[in-house]
Amino acid sequence: MANSFSVTASEQDGIAVLTLEGFLDAHTAPQFEEAIQKEINAGRKQIVIHCEKLTYISSAGLGVFMSFIEEIRDAGGDIKISGVIPKVLQVFEILGFQSLFDIVGNVPEAVARFQQG
Amino acid sequence: MENFERRFLLHVPSSTENLSLIRDFVANIGKQAGLAETELSMVELAVDEACANVIEHAYGLDQTKEVIVRARLDGDAITIEVVDTGKGWDPGSIEQKELKRLVEERRSGGLGMRMMKLVMDEVEYKIKPGEHNELRMTKKLKKD
Repeated sequence: MANSFSVTASEQDGIAVLTLEGFLDAHTAPQFEEAIQKEINAGRKQIVIHCEKLTYISSAGLGVFMSFIEEIRDAGGDIKISGVIPKVLQVFEILGFQSLFDIVGNVPEAVARFQQG
Repeated sequence: MENFERRFLLHVPSSTENLSLIRDFVANIGKQAGLAETELSMVELAVDEACANVIEHAYGLDQTKEVIVRARLDGDAITIEVVDTGKGWDPGSIEQKELKRLVEERRSGGLGMRMMKLVMDEVEYKIKPGEHNELRMTKKLKKD
C-alpha cells in the first residue's frame, strides 16, 4: 500500500534504535511521534533513528524530529539519524536539517558516536 | 512533451489517509510532463504539504469536506492548484523563522509552506475564508 509505514524498536549496545520503513507523512507521523515518546517515557535519551527503508518524508515527519530534539538534548541525550537514502536526504537538506542533526551512514556508526560522547 | 494544454482534476475527502492517493495523482502527471526523478519528487512533496495543510488546518480533520487538486500541463510548466472552502489563513502570520529558532521554541509549524516555497518556482494564494481558498504552485519545465 502506498501509504504504509512502520516503526520497529530495538536496542544496540544499550542505545535505542527506531527503524523506520515506508512513507512518513501527515497520516503516519503520529505513529512515529508515539514511538519516540515511548522511548522517552522509558527513560531512554540516546536514540538512533534508522532510515534505510524510509522511502518518503514530508514536513510532518521532519516536525516530529524537531519537536523532540530540544527536550532530549536538555536531558543530556541526542537523536542521531542513520542510513538515509538520497531522496529523503534531499528533503532533510532543503530545510537545513544537516546543521541541526547528526546524520551518519549506519546504526553502528551512530552508536559509536554516542559511545564517544 | 507535446505543446498543448492538458488538465487534470482530483476530488478527495479531506483525510490524511488520502495523501498517498494525491501524491500518486501528481506523480502520474509529472511523468507525463517528463519531469526528472528529483523534480518529480519535489512537486509531489509540495502538493502533499499543501493538501496536508488543508486537511489539518483549513478543515480541522473534518472528513466530510473535500480537497480539490487541479493540475495543468503545457509545454512550459506544470501548475497545481489546491482548492478548499475551509477556514483559510493569514499568509502574513506565517513567519519564516530560522530552523534553529523553531527548534528552540519547540515549534514545527510553518514547515510545509517553507518547503513549498523552496521547491517550487512560484507559489501564490488567494484566501477567502469559508468560501474559496486557492493555493497555486508552478514548476517550470526544463528545456533541452
